[in-house]
Amino acid sequence: MPRVISLTFAFLFFLIAGLGSVSMADGDNDLQQIHQWSEEDKKVLRSLSLSSLPPLPSDPSNAYANNPKALALGKKLFFDKRFSANGKVSCATCHIPDYFFTDNLALAKGMATTTRRTMPLIGAAYQAWFFWDGRKDSLWSQAIGPIESAAEHGVTRSFCAHLIIDKYKSEYEDIFGSLPKINHRSCPPKASPGTGSPAALKLWNAMKSGDRDAVNRVYANIGKAFAAYVRRIVPSPAPFDRYVDAVLRNDPAAADKAVGRDAVEGLRLFIGKAKCTNCHIGPLFTNSGFHNVGLNNPKDKGREEGIDKVLSDEFNCLGKYSDAKPEECGELRFIDRNKSKYTGSFKTPTLRNVADRPPYMNAGQFKSLEEVLFFYKKSSSREVEHQELTTDELLKIVAFLKTLSGPLTPP
Amino acid sequence: MLKRFGVILFAVFFIVSMAGQGAASAQEKPTSDADYAKTRVSKTGTFKAAYTSDPETVPVNMLHTWKLKVETADGMPVKDAEITVEGTMPAHGHGMPTQPKVTKNYGDGTYLVEGMKFSMPGWWVMTFSIKAEGKTDSVTFNLQLK
Repeated sequence: MPRVISLTFAFLFFLIAGLGSVSMADGDNDLQQIHQWSEEDKKVLRSLSLSSLPPLPSDPSNAYANNPKALALGKKLFFDKRFSANGKVSCATCHIPDYFFTDNLALAKGMATTTRRTMPLIGAAYQAWFFWDGRKDSLWSQAIGPIESAAEHGVTRSFCAHLIIDKYKSEYEDIFGSLPKINHRSCPPKASPGTGSPAALKLWNAMKSGDRDAVNRVYANIGKAFAAYVRRIVPSPAPFDRYVDAVLRNDPAAADKAVGRDAVEGLRLFIGKAKCTNCHIGPLFTNSGFHNVGLNNPKDKGREEGIDKVLSDEFNCLGKYSDAKPEECGELRFIDRNKSKYTGSFKTPTLRNVADRPPYMNAGQFKSLEEVLFFYKKSSSREVEHQELTTDELLKIVAFLKTLSGPLTPP
Repeated sequence: MLKRFGVILFAVFFIVSMAGQGAASAQEKPTSDADYAKTRVSKTGTFKAAYTSDPETVPVNMLHTWKLKVETADGMPVKDAEITVEGTMPAHGHGMPTQPKVTKNYGDGTYLVEGMKFSMPGWWVMTFSIKAEGKTDSVTFNLQLK
């Protein structure tokens, strides 16, 4: 019996001593240790920091990308609900500025419910491919896709051309030159080759080829104005960026104030054992690639189907409505055509402001970051390597992800 | 009893360690500097090839170009080669996000490779299959990208 008591005392002694050492961890030396990173790690941290984000890349396919008038027009169009079949849907219906330019729904809802989650727009200008399946290769071409989708805006390019002529004539012509002379007879508002409706296609094919081309041109220009606006939606410094700045200038006290200790441990896992940087690299935390993380939805083949779509798109970089020279279309020219490699693959989304905008994944499968991380742990996909992480570690990664949120100041 | 437990433990340890080795040998990453050289001799010694990247430091997640210089084993330029390009990440079982191609023959044994893009840091293996003067061989370059 006395032995049991003495063992209990010994245990309590160690327990208290242990607690004491934890509470004393705030000394300068300990701070230094907590925020100590190898030179190799520091390079990675720098590469993830917003200070490594290059200036907005040029878009050779959009001659109006940096035109302030195009930006102003694009912003108006972005919020204009008249570009929809029921007069209630604009780009901002799903890309809500107050919700970091996405919405809180699992599946996007315009005229009807779509089959995928609304993509975030933050830093979109830096991407090579657009939509979850990368079926578009420029921001302007992406922006006009939803207009003709029955479940999104549900209208046609012809309808849009008439609307521009009626409501935005001077602003449009000031940027893009003369609008075409079309009327409802030469160009029926329901005419379109892109809605999937045979009736719309029949009307479209009955139009003069010059009118079809003119309408396509207006439609592309609408996209170019949208893009001039959307490309300015860029992330701003988050606690993580302040943390990296502090670490790089060897200021552990400032580092300690920037983010919590759990987040620091989460960051170590993120760039180390958890290998998150296999896909989430660079200051936008994405490689803009396509990966199958094991969600196993046989109905959605993702990138496998996106490849042919972008190659055959009349609004792609090599098409006649693009302002780029063919040699400026490298991503499209050297696109990986090995479709079977991409079954069930979806674009790696940015992680900037990720904690602010649940739900997650291509069909909004998960309501929280915790759910995403726990899914990754059990995923059997070869592209995900989180199986060995403990629950505690997963939660620390979540704590780190929460440090990627900065204020958003849209143009 | 204890002895028997020890034998079992040893057996388990042995099996686990063998399994580990099996997995490792399928994706053995070269360690010597020579394996990462920018000039390498082809598999069966037919050609010697050297690459330069533009930009000079091979970037991650950025479309860029390479120039490949091909010589015979005794240093004569190979001016009319047919070259195909493949990049893989053996440890991850996937390739490049692009399909790079030789798009220009400079005529002096140098070839322009466009569409180069590495989607992530780590160990990559670039293989150039070279067909010239009735011979076919392949040159492999290892890269450790940061």
